[in-house]
Amino acid sequence: MPTTLQPSSLHPRDLGRTATVGLRTRRLRTALSALGIMIGIAAMVGVLGLSESSKSELLAQLDRLGTNLLTVEAGTGIGIGSGELPVEAAAMIAQIGPVETTTVVSAVDEAKVYRTDYIPEGQTGGISVQAVDLNLLDTLAGTVADGQWLDAATGAYPTAVLGSVAAERLGVTEVTGSEQVWLGGRWFTVIGILQEFELAPDLDRAAMVGLEAAADFLEDDGVPTRILVRVDPDQVDAVMGVMAATANPENPEEVEVARPTDALEAKEAADDALTALFLGLGAVALLVGGVGIANVMVISVLERRSEIGLRRALGATKRHVASQFLSEALLLSGIGGVGGVLLGAAVTTAYAAIKGWDALIPPIAIGGGVIAALVIGAVAGLYPAIRAARMSPTEALRTAG
Amino acid sequence: MPSDPVLSLHNVTKEYPTTPVVRALGGVSFAVGEGELVAVVGPSGSGKSTLLHIMGTLDRPTSGEVTVAGHRVSELSDRDMSSLRAHHIGFVFQQFHLLSGYTALDNVADGLLYTGMRLRTRREMAEVALRRAGMGHRLDHVATKLSGGERQRVATARALIGNPSIVLADEPTGNLDSKTSDSIVELIEELNEAGTTIVVITHNLDIARQFPRSVGLRDGRIEYDTSWGEVA
Repeated sequence: MPTTLQPSSLHPRDLGRTATVGLRTRRLRTALSALGIMIGIAAMVGVLGLSESSKSELLAQLDRLGTNLLTVEAGTGIGIGSGELPVEAAAMIAQIGPVETTTVVSAVDEAKVYRTDYIPEGQTGGISVQAVDLNLLDTLAGTVADGQWLDAATGAYPTAVLGSVAAERLGVTEVTGSEQVWLGGRWFTVIGILQEFELAPDLDRAAMVGLEAAADFLEDDGVPTRILVRVDPDQVDAVMGVMAATANPENPEEVEVARPTDALEAKEAADDALTALFLGLGAVALLVGGVGIANVMVISVLERRSEIGLRRALGATKRHVASQFLSEALLLSGIGGVGGVLLGAAVTTAYAAIKGWDALIPPIAIGGGVIAALVIGAVAGLYPAIRAARMSPTEALRTAG
Repeated sequence: MPSDPVLSLHNVTKEYPTTPVVRALGGVSFAVGEGELVAVVGPSGSGKSTLLHIMGTLDRPTSGEVTVAGHRVSELSDRDMSSLRAHHIGFVFQQFHLLSGYTALDNVADGLLYTGMRLRTRREMAEVALRRAGMGHRLDHVATKLSGGERQRVATARALIGNPSIVLADEPTGNLDSKTSDSIVELIEELNEAGTTIVVITHNLDIARQFPRSVGLRDGRIEYDTSWGEVA
């Protein structure tokens, strides 16, 4: 009668079915323990998605503004001489090959601007008067909110264009053509109001007049306090190297050269540090979720001793029992992982929509989120699975119930 | 006995390594032939459960030899013992051990879960087994909605499904009232008449008396075997 013994085996589809037995019969517990993983994954996906979206927003912003803008200013500080750029600095900078355009900004320090001539002199509202080249708006990639920008004609007459903050403080809300401000002891007609400058926020608090008008009506000397320079994008570093010596050959150390977009990038770098912190918090949440799953699985193994005994009696090997419980843990964490990715993506999309960004969820966050959840599940399920497998069938069956 | 025994135990002992050592079985020898219906009867503490576990290859004896369906258990690995259970041994338990979320059909189909057979085939076989056990009208009922007697019929169908070499029933009527109990005993007799080899473990002498052969167990030793009177 002895026959060869056919080995026990479990159809892969049946492994899936047995793995869901515990989850289906204990739904609340399943949901709660998957929730732990879900929160962790959602936090990580959300953080990565938001940082990616804001980064892409910054890139779009830099693309719009151009990273080839340089500012040249007279240095300030102890031991530095006059603190002025030579009058001919702009002309000399324009001689540098890769320089595309130069724009002179000359602060008219003596002139202040008021809503009317009845305002006491001290109440300047922190608004400066700047004499500017007519190409300033193009150089700074600025836009007009109302009215128009200075042109060759208006730049020679007593007309002013107000920065966004300056307009607000002066109470000029729209350009009618008849609005006037008391500027440097005479009336200037407001012909335009600008949107905020992303690259030169200080000009938001300025009333801008043409260089020619400043010389004629405000007795400005035309000495540049700042020169804005657009250069060939591929030559930015090279130009920065020679800029100081070109602008002021006598005292190059008195010249400060900067790239305004650096400030935006520095802000982003600071955000990166925060991102790392939040990722760390997400990882902690994930770890806690994993401990939760391990805990639930250990309890589940103890509660289901009789089921384990039955399965051994039906011919399950230790490996079958272990794979059942391990699959259950993986399923639990997988549900949490997928849910977490969806939640994280939803949060990112919603936040990006509020901010007006394009929502961008990096594929690595999606794939990585699910994989991280599964790894956590595998680690959390390993010990309970081994424990279930090692339980002797007689001991498991002896437990009533 | 006409044919090779389906199950044989030779001088089987089982000791539990507690202090002091508990000797649950002290040299048990008997054989069950194909198509037999045997009751193993004894009071609690007589070693019945230990004997069932050893006959069912859920546990190994401390010494002695057990042979099931022609396989010497001492030569089998743990995995081989699982295979033997999957293909050759059916169990019926006092507590039924049905999976609560499953229908009667799927509980019975699980009897062949670890043979690697496809679910559809197993379900077809489960339906046949349930009809044999008189449960053809309750195929899609969830286990928790069934009465005690019905549950035990489902559990019995699960033990039968793969036509195992032997069915081991551990106090199958222990959780049932006397009327239901009688119907389960009848079912067992019917199945045996149809050719299934069955060993029923019980403490109930009335049940044991209804079966063609009974083996009395006391303090881990066989006290009597009604087949002793026959010519071997």
